[in-house]
Amino acid sequence: MKKVILSILCIASAATVCHAQSDKYEAAMKKNLAQFDTIQNPQSYLDLEASFERIANAEKTQWLPYYYAGLCETLYGFRDQKADKDAIGNKALELAGKADAIQKNDETQAVYYMAYIVQMLVDPQNRYMTYGANASKALAEGLQINPNNPRLYLLKGQGLLNTPEFVGGGKTVAKPILEKALALFETDKPQPLYPKWGKDQATQALEKCK
Amino acid sequence: MRHWFSILFLLVAVQTNAQTTIFGKLKGVKNKPLPNVNVTLDDTYDGAVTHPDGSYQFTTTEKGPQKLVFAIKGYDTLNVPIVVDGKNIVLDTILKLGKDAQNEVVIISRSFTAGSGKNVVMSSRDIYTTGGANGDISQALRNLPGAQQLGEREGLAVRGGDVYETKQFIDGSMIAHPYYTAAPNIPSRTRYPPNLFKDVAFSTGGYSALYGQALSSALVLETIDIPEKSEANVSITPLFWGGGLQNVNQKKNFSWGMDYTYTNVALYFNLVKQIPDFFKMPQYHSVDGNFRFKTKNGGIVKYYGTFDYNQMGLRRQSIDSLDLKNAVYLKGTNVYQNISWKQPLPNNWKLNAVLSFSNNHNNIWQQLQDSSNQQFPITHSYWDTLNFSLKNNDLYAQGKVILEKKFFGQNALRFGGEYWYNRYNLTYNNYQHLLTDNYMAAFTETDIFLTRKLALQTGVRFENSSLLGIADFAPRASLAYKFAPKNQLTAAYGLFYQKPENMYLIWNEKLNMTQASHYILSYIYQGQKTMLRLEGYYKDYKNLVKTWPSYNNDGNGYAKGLELYWRDNNQTFKNIDYWVTYSYIDSKRNYLNFPTSMQPNFVANHTFNIVVKKYFSAINTGISPTFNFASGRPYYNLLLTNPTTPNYTISDQGKTKQYQMLNICAYHLMKIGKGFGVLYASMSNVLNRDNIFGYQYAVNGMNKMPIVPTAKRFYFVALFISWGVDRSQDTINGNL
Repeated sequence: MKKVILSILCIASAATVCHAQSDKYEAAMKKNLAQFDTIQNPQSYLDLEASFERIANAEKTQWLPYYYAGLCETLYGFRDQKADKDAIGNKALELAGKADAIQKNDETQAVYYMAYIVQMLVDPQNRYMTYGANASKALAEGLQINPNNPRLYLLKGQGLLNTPEFVGGGKTVAKPILEKALALFETDKPQPLYPKWGKDQATQALEKCK
Repeated sequence: MRHWFSILFLLVAVQTNAQTTIFGKLKGVKNKPLPNVNVTLDDTYDGAVTHPDGSYQFTTTEKGPQKLVFAIKGYDTLNVPIVVDGKNIVLDTILKLGKDAQNEVVIISRSFTAGSGKNVVMSSRDIYTTGGANGDISQALRNLPGAQQLGEREGLAVRGGDVYETKQFIDGSMIAHPYYTAAPNIPSRTRYPPNLFKDVAFSTGGYSALYGQALSSALVLETIDIPEKSEANVSITPLFWGGGLQNVNQKKNFSWGMDYTYTNVALYFNLVKQIPDFFKMPQYHSVDGNFRFKTKNGGIVKYYGTFDYNQMGLRRQSIDSLDLKNAVYLKGTNVYQNISWKQPLPNNWKLNAVLSFSNNHNNIWQQLQDSSNQQFPITHSYWDTLNFSLKNNDLYAQGKVILEKKFFGQNALRFGGEYWYNRYNLTYNNYQHLLTDNYMAAFTETDIFLTRKLALQTGVRFENSSLLGIADFAPRASLAYKFAPKNQLTAAYGLFYQKPENMYLIWNEKLNMTQASHYILSYIYQGQKTMLRLEGYYKDYKNLVKTWPSYNNDGNGYAKGLELYWRDNNQTFKNIDYWVTYSYIDSKRNYLNFPTSMQPNFVANHTFNIVVKKYFSAINTGISPTFNFASGRPYYNLLLTNPTTPNYTISDQGKTKQYQMLNICAYHLMKIGKGFGVLYASMSNVLNRDNIFGYQYAVNGMNKMPIVPTAKRFYFVALFISWGVDRSQDTINGNL
């Protein structure tokens, strides 16, 4: 009897440890995701990114931390004017690649898109043709995987708002796309820890279309 | 019972959190603090990023033997085994630079850097938006240091060299006739539009061993790869009309295109009076075609071909007699074909091959005419040169192969060979001459990065001309040293050979190659948005062609100078991109019929350029004023005072007044229907200055006439529209 109870306790404690492992992962991810909303200076994105990278390298089978690390890198690239945007873009592309290698999905295409845009911003007038084309291709691939991803419509709409009218951009073209993005945000029910950002940005962008 | 409690206690004890703090400081090269290093407790979530002072700190609940990993791009990753046993751990360490860390020094290979971005060359957009250039590559490049302001002839005269000392290359192959045939003292345009090229690299001296046969400089043009999208375009201007289309397939691995342009200046010349009397308005027909396709493993094959026909006829007041006129008529055809193949091969090898063919045919006559435009019979033999008929045909067939192997750390080795077949046929009045040459060259070049800050590029070129019966051996070398961040010094030496021009070879086929040695020292400061370039050079010319009393290579010369270039792209002034250049040159040569060593008439000692570009994004409009200044150019009248004396003498000489030219252009981008339109307008010589390029003397030397532009101002207005098909929109549009 003692042996049975002992073995049950051992199994239970082993199970506790395993559950503790994924609890640990979820807890760390939730802690990091909460920080997203409170970031004040661009350098904090790099600290957050390093944290996501450590989680990703330790877990090895989760694509989400690599995705968020890539996202942090691109957000840093948009906010720090003096940084080397080519290097930042390349790092973000590398992280997105690692996420894709674990599980190819539509959300990672958003990171690819933002990485190409960061690099394009180095010299928009000369790089618009090549980097802009790669960025559009990333969004198109994402939409093929999941035609109902609101974040991809948001990025496309924002891109069109920043593109001059005479090359096919502007408010009138962006409006229907942003409206679709907002509609999809209403019905978006992402799994726990999955990306859910973008609704506020879509609302703000739609304001600019008026 | 006690056992139960001890087991439970053990289990609980294992779950208790005991924190350990790990901290320290990291240093890198020269013991400087290393920020942004990723410090990780391997296989855990714990770690930190080092601060600007190199310090890091984090806590962990892990226990036992662990590994602390320090990683940052450019440095070797360091793994340090540690044991976490409750006590805080301090770990300071130094990271070493990685073997694959990026080299800091850049081998510029003597290309001029004028565009934005890292590979500093001029983009086609730079050429279109520079005032005064009017979309002509050479005109745009004249705003860079080293090039002379020559308003009366086309071509680039660089650092004391004549225009034929600069050669142009498309995808590696030499272009024999980059400009349309021109009447004397009327500059013509480049045949090739800037938007055909993705890179324009202008080397003002000391260029790579991969190129040869140009004593002064090389203009290396590389065509675009497969365009991003299919497009149709139209150009509407008072001087030329054109249209074309470019088609890209769905997979973006094949494209083809065609363009046709018709130029007829009659309308413009009726609105803007020109000094010469054009009895045959300049007319050009030009057609070009291209196709490109991608090969396996990242290679690409590109074809570009053009055909054009041009004619013009004009009369000008004769200097020799007030009642007479000089009339010139020319018509010509030109064919150019170029096919190139770039192919990456296994083990970091790369193949670069190009084949080209060109044929240029001209039919020119010149006549002395009386006031009723009838030919005036020549009564004095020394007026012979005013009446002639000339036909020439210049055929080139070329092939070139280059193999490149890249080693670790950007070191590289290139070698290859090229072959040019040239057939030049001339008929001048009753005199006929044919020149054939088989020119062969073999070359090799290496890029060696001795350290991350010191790079050496050496090359050698071996050339042979069957016509001259001469072989030569031309070494090139450059050493670049990045002595501080953003600051680099480069020293370069090169020996350059060039066959004498065909017009001299027809009188003596056994002339020797002319040669020039270049010694160049340059300093570059490259900021994020600014660039400063200071360059000093000395060129020693030998074996230049002398034409009097006989054709030989006894000529020589020198050129030395200092150049400054400063570019500021949106750093000091918001949305303003500007550059300033100053060139000083001292050059003399004894060649052709010069009696002694003299400064040639295409060299002005001081040249100053300022180019400003501003884009107003709110109204989608850009403007670009440019100002060029050059000190006076020398002019001479060389006469044979006595036909039996061995030399010409300088019977008159002087310097023209200073050249000043203020040009301005503006362009407006807009939507036209479903297309993208550019409205472009430009005006030259805003200050309405009477510039004089030189003087022409009467045959008897009694009077001279200034060489001036055909009209004081050039006005240009154009509308370019393109309609593109952007496939990337399809997926989105299909889902709305």
